[in-house]
Amino acid sequence: MSALAGYDPGHLWCELLGGQTGRSRGPISNRLDAFSLEELRRRAEAAERELYNLGITFTVYSDKDAIDRILPFDLIPRVLTAAEWQHLERGVIQRVTALNAFIHDIYHDRRIIADGVIPADLVLGNSNYRPEMVGVDIPHNTYVHVCGIDLVRDEAGRFLVLEDNARTPSGVSYVIENRHMMQRAFPELLKGIGVRPVDSYGPKLLAAMLDIAPKHIADPRVVLLSPGVFNSAYFEHIFLAREMGVPLVEGRDLVVIDDRVFMKTTAGLAPVHSIYRRIDDSFLDPRAFNPASMLGVPGLFQAYKKGNVVLANAVGTGAADDKAVYAYMPRIIRYYLDQEAILPNVETHICREPEGLAYTLANLEHLVVKPVGESGGYGIVIGPKASRQELDDLRVKLKADPANFISQPVVGLSVSPTLTEEGVRPRHVDLRPFAITGKETWVLPGGLTRVALKKGSLVVNSSQGGGSKDTWVLEA
Amino acid sequence: MSMILLARYAECIFWFARYVERAENLARILDVQETFSRDNRGQQNWLSVIQINADEERFKEAYGEEISAETVIRFYLTDMKNPSSIQSSIRAARENARTLRPLISTEMWSQLNIFYNRLRELTEADATPHRLPQLCVWIKEACQAHTGITEGTFYRDQGWYFYQLGRLIERADQTTRIVDIKYHHLLPSVADVGSPVDVAQWNALLRSAAGYHAYRRKHPSGMKAETVAGFLLLDDFFPRSVRSCVQEADRLLLEMRTRFNLRGGGAALETLDELRAVLGGKSIRDIVRAGLHEFNDMIQMQLGGVTNDLAHDFFGGALQDLAGAA
Repeated sequence: MSALAGYDPGHLWCELLGGQTGRSRGPISNRLDAFSLEELRRRAEAAERELYNLGITFTVYSDKDAIDRILPFDLIPRVLTAAEWQHLERGVIQRVTALNAFIHDIYHDRRIIADGVIPADLVLGNSNYRPEMVGVDIPHNTYVHVCGIDLVRDEAGRFLVLEDNARTPSGVSYVIENRHMMQRAFPELLKGIGVRPVDSYGPKLLAAMLDIAPKHIADPRVVLLSPGVFNSAYFEHIFLAREMGVPLVEGRDLVVIDDRVFMKTTAGLAPVHSIYRRIDDSFLDPRAFNPASMLGVPGLFQAYKKGNVVLANAVGTGAADDKAVYAYMPRIIRYYLDQEAILPNVETHICREPEGLAYTLANLEHLVVKPVGESGGYGIVIGPKASRQELDDLRVKLKADPANFISQPVVGLSVSPTLTEEGVRPRHVDLRPFAITGKETWVLPGGLTRVALKKGSLVVNSSQGGGSKDTWVLEA
Repeated sequence: MSMILLARYAECIFWFARYVERAENLARILDVQETFSRDNRGQQNWLSVIQINADEERFKEAYGEEISAETVIRFYLTDMKNPSSIQSSIRAARENARTLRPLISTEMWSQLNIFYNRLRELTEADATPHRLPQLCVWIKEACQAHTGITEGTFYRDQGWYFYQLGRLIERADQTTRIVDIKYHHLLPSVADVGSPVDVAQWNALLRSAAGYHAYRRKHPSGMKAETVAGFLLLDDFFPRSVRSCVQEADRLLLEMRTRFNLRGGGAALETLDELRAVLGGKSIRDIVRAGLHEFNDMIQMQLGGVTNDLAHDFFGGALQDLAGAA
């Protein structure tokens, strides 16, 4: 049986074949279809085994043991045309530019609040707003050095922004490892197609870290600061440290003396100037933030404020990637750049606004309701799939604390052919492109395509049973 | 500038190597124990395995008074509660390797990962005298594959030196333990001297250190307690002898300090120099006369001292004082 036999995306946009009207096969789908299902399965199994053995895993710790899980890899790629990518790239750069302008503003003049574009309490009352950053100047006014914007695609094939991840977005290691896996598991499919490479992420990130390093240092040292082996994204920290060729350090490896940061080496203390940190703000420095943090470095924030060391991402970016602020992003882009958003938001109702709350309560069974403070897909209620009891509970929560919620219509998320138990079937996907900004913004061609492996599931998070695919950006 | 090494990594690499070496040695001891170590009534002395590792109390807690092939094998092969079991050692090695992944090659990680995952699948049913020889061969080979992959892929910066130091110090320590315990158990009763049983036991001891053929090349005839102990402790060419390990560790530490311009390591180097002189200057006869057990004890103490000095100078001990003052 050929691979694509029985594949029917219905009314949804298909990432391989296009929209419901005007679906078409191209060289990739034809090549794919020439494989038998059995052959695909064989290769998929081999690929998963290899991922496991290579330790391309995230780790779940139980009381007794460390359990390594792989992020399930689907070997049918998600394909983006050159034109689609050009559009996405422009949109991502626009969005990152606006985010940086916004964050600089909220820690300096607060013009956007004074001009009434966004409510003051939404920004200043945000738990991720860091008053300690007010008036602190950082190189190139870049706050969001690494940004991972989550995108989905509706039935018409329009890309919509679902979430801005401006703190420490993860997943880029899978983008690169998935490509390597693809090249080993499925070389025939790639051959001669002309897919843009993804290997330059490490060097680009390193270049950005050097771009922002203190100017008075001739030969700045970059490190990656990780919470350590117990962090589920530890593999990615290893991966990025290796790709950049920089030491992977933990808080306990660093020490601050006279507002300068050093790392402990076999030869004594060695100065550190530029830190790509994968630790949240609150754990960064027990003296400045959460005093109970064992992961951080006492005195780090003071060294940062003095300009002796730089941090990426900057402290305080969380105030901008909140789901509540997200709703204002089209207005934020307009305000700073005088442009319309190239990548629109999913239509979003802000429950803190009376109209938004009224609409949400009236249409609960048709909407996706999201708490604004959570990440990783937790706490989301999908109206059409919720029980009456769940909807009633939600209604109570909404009325008690409307500012904590936004709601969005259920988008008919695009699908991509995916190998399942039943054969190759449509499964929902999203896309997280990664943008690096030092002096300027660069976007890694493609990004992380996550796929909801369960039939009908809309949740693509790795913590909730999602997998990933290689993402191809065609050269022409 | 790129040649710096984090203190914490140096410590991890050192122990990473020690744990793999420890697992290999244990597999050797178990294997030989099962195959060769039978006394003249066909009894195997499994107590000595426990004594080598100084695990008498821990074993008693877990399994009581009964020391049988089954319980000892289980204790050392699959018992995760026993920190010196092979499974525990390889798990510890792998946890260190996980920390070290930015430094070690992918192949080193991958091989150890597969090894550990297979080891973890072993059940108590596998830990039987009957299956043991086969398992020991596999474990030894996996450890040797690790060593080979490391030799062939590990970048020769400071990390390599700490890896080698860990391996050599562990190996030297293990050899003193084997010699110490076995020597006393194998001291022949008058009736056994020169009997086939006596010779078989010395064979076994040498085989557990993979030294039988090497020994024969040096001593084509005869098999005496003293010469065997002397060979394992003092031989200049045998890679598992204490003297070879100490010489090599001494040389590597000196080389590392010079090449990477490290100030630390002076005390460790002094101890290794002393040990080297002792091992090169004494005959086994002198050692036995003055007390073999005391000699082994002294070496173990000195090796422990070297480890402590390395920890102070390189693994962050000295820096801890500094950070505390800041």
